[in-house]
Amino acid sequence: MKKTAVRSFDPDVAKMLAITIVIFVIMVVLNGNFAKSSNLTSMCYQLPELGLYSLAMMMVMLTGGIDLSVVSIGNLSAILAAKIMKYATTNGFSGIKLFCFVILGIIVALCVGCFFGAINGLVVSKIKIVPMLATMATSEIIEGISIILTQGHSVNGAPEQFTRYGATTLAAIPYSMWILILVIMFTAFLLHRTRFGFEAKMVGSNPKASHFTGMNTSQVYTKAYLYSGVVSSICGIMILMRTNAAKADYAVTYVMQAILCAVLGATNPNGGHAKVTCMVLALLSLQFLSSGFNMMHLSSYFKEFTWGLLLIAVLALNFLTDYIRQKKGQHKAVQTTGSAAS
Amino acid sequence: MKAIVEVQNLYKSFYGALALNGMNFTINEGEIRCLIGENGCGKSTLIKVISGFHSFDSGELIINNKRYEKITTAEAIAEGIQVIYQDFSLFPNMTIAENIMMYSTVAERKIHVDWNDIKASAKKILDQVGFEIDPNLYVAGLSVAQKQMVAICRAIVQKAKLLIMDEPTTALTTKEVQRLFEIVRRLKDSGVSVLFVSHKLDEVSQICDSYTIMRNGRRVFQSDVGDAKITNEEIVYYMTGKRYSNSKFTYVPKNDIPAMKVNGLCYKKAFRDIQFTLRKGEVLGITGLLGCGRSELAKALFGLITPTKGSIEISGKNVGIFRNVEEAIRYKIAYVPEDRLTEGLHLDQSIADNIIARIIRDYTNKAGIVNVKRLKKKQYESMNLMEVTGMIPGNPANSLSGGNQQKIVLMKWLASEPNILILNCPTVGVDVGAKSDIHNIIKDLAIEKGIGVIVVSNDNYELMQTCNRVLVMKEGCVVEELFIKDQTLDEFEMMTERAES
Repeated sequence: MKKTAVRSFDPDVAKMLAITIVIFVIMVVLNGNFAKSSNLTSMCYQLPELGLYSLAMMMVMLTGGIDLSVVSIGNLSAILAAKIMKYATTNGFSGIKLFCFVILGIIVALCVGCFFGAINGLVVSKIKIVPMLATMATSEIIEGISIILTQGHSVNGAPEQFTRYGATTLAAIPYSMWILILVIMFTAFLLHRTRFGFEAKMVGSNPKASHFTGMNTSQVYTKAYLYSGVVSSICGIMILMRTNAAKADYAVTYVMQAILCAVLGATNPNGGHAKVTCMVLALLSLQFLSSGFNMMHLSSYFKEFTWGLLLIAVLALNFLTDYIRQKKGQHKAVQTTGSAAS
Repeated sequence: MKAIVEVQNLYKSFYGALALNGMNFTINEGEIRCLIGENGCGKSTLIKVISGFHSFDSGELIINNKRYEKITTAEAIAEGIQVIYQDFSLFPNMTIAENIMMYSTVAERKIHVDWNDIKASAKKILDQVGFEIDPNLYVAGLSVAQKQMVAICRAIVQKAKLLIMDEPTTALTTKEVQRLFEIVRRLKDSGVSVLFVSHKLDEVSQICDSYTIMRNGRRVFQSDVGDAKITNEEIVYYMTGKRYSNSKFTYVPKNDIPAMKVNGLCYKKAFRDIQFTLRKGEVLGITGLLGCGRSELAKALFGLITPTKGSIEISGKNVGIFRNVEEAIRYKIAYVPEDRLTEGLHLDQSIADNIIARIIRDYTNKAGIVNVKRLKKKQYESMNLMEVTGMIPGNPANSLSGGNQQKIVLMKWLASEPNILILNCPTVGVDVGAKSDIHNIIKDLAIEKGIGVIVVSNDNYELMQTCNRVLVMKEGCVVEELFIKDQTLDEFEMMTERAES
């Protein structure tokens, strides 16, 4: 027997990589400017928001759930952070005092993510409400809180010392992109090197068998939603940093797009399977599509159209490769029996 | 004699694995033929090819003297081939009459549905089969045996010439099996051939005229009507290609502290006042009829349900009762559940991951980070503990047959080096070869590693083979303690039956 599970190149990753490259090449052919550094940098500014929400979604989907409250958690986090920072700027704080308020804002924002993530997790695991309904309800609650806090207006006035990082780069890569990269690395570590990552996968695949194996399933669910909440908060803070505005209904379409991106990136909606590499590639291909069409001055609605098309194309491709794999296996099998007989 | 279905040199593969490897098979008119083979030998594939569910790669399929290159399910039905699968594929929300008549009504392409006609025809078929029941009852409320009758009636309505039954006796009681056999014989008399797929050898020899035995996608034995019946030992030999010696388990008493001692354990109405001692290196059987509380007791010993009263001693230390699985795991107890498909395995996850599902906690530090290197080493060791044919660690667990899946469940638990192993019906739906393997593993564990093993089962043969002591439960109490010495199986069966009644 071969040594345990020698990993060959994952077919899902290979497929997604090929798709991403094909889309990139098509876009370069269609627009001469696509591969220019200015465009690549601008993509790096746009990509992290959907990226973080998709990671949050992916982790919850791995456990067989779904989190519809990611965007509202992000927005509420941003609103609270913005309010705290605005207090500092309107009072004319500067230096260390201003710095403390910025940090306080960030901490409060992260606490919002922790709190509502934990609430989601407990409602799903302890009260056993279907994740879709549970997170839809919390999403409405959180959005309600946001609207009450802001009266529906957007909150701005975060200090320039903070928002500056939303528009600048470190080593030619925007800070927001760095945040995404760090979260991706952390997530990959979580999935492959920690007990939680393993248990999340197993619980997503079969909660009953996991319970029979001694895993604490409700703890695993809670941790997954907690992760989702915190990552959503990070996304909220990042959005505030980039736009210097926090609004109760900012970019609500991200919820659906995050699901799309996760599923495109080989996350199984029934739970048990998720691949960070695949999801990152899916994210890139979606960004290439939207930037590319944007450069051709097509309506932004066209983006949605192509994204939907891409999802269907990938699902169809999955079906097709599965079919071919079966056919190919057939020939191989017939040949091997032939040689065995001779 | 006229052949209904003839299969020659048939090949079929899935993802490179050969399911049918040059299969030859014939079934004649008015014959009850039995198709026997271990799990994964290609029985189901053969049925599915004949019934048009799967296409085949190469070979010949001749039905009613007509050669088919390809056959669809509709064509197979038109040729009179009907399959009754284990789940019967009935509509629980419809009545018996509707279920029986539905397909033929649809096939007639009538726009108007004549309910009186449907009821009358259904009644006629029920009478013909000799099944007395009100056709207006809903299928959801029927017992397994009754559902099976409905499925048989539905097949007859569609003018079945060949009725294929996949493991028809699995969920039936002895009486129900006899009724089924009566009906099968009556069908045969009316000219319908029956292909009986089973691996219960006693039943097979009662009902069948002829046998086809498969191994590794090939026919290894075929007898025809009128040929002398072959013995069960021979059937097992053909199925597995091996001869099995039935050596019983012998326990050598040691003066040790008992591995587990149970004092006055109670749980609601399921069981009460359970008292027993399990010594190290002993295999203790627990048996009893369905609903006697044996399954609940096994679960309580593993913390899956919390007993209402009583206490458990582990290695002479009183540990109270287990409130959850984690507590039981802490005392090195392992539990192989009754239903490996839903409780024992993560079917869509890789075999390698299934094996470390239990032990990953032992290779994790306080921060939750896994020591991958050490875990991989242990995983590799555990995988080589027993022989599993066709195992590729990276493939999902559902790529294996039932017996091999059960071995994976065992590997998962043995990796944790338990002191006490509880097995709840360890060989249900497992084929002969794997069953014997699993029994040998159980015995070895007790003898070599001194593990205290509890086997909960209602399979008397299994208890005879593996245990040195058997507790018989009735209505939640232990009513008898039997020592296995050199009784025959019949004697043992009589002893347990007497205790149960």
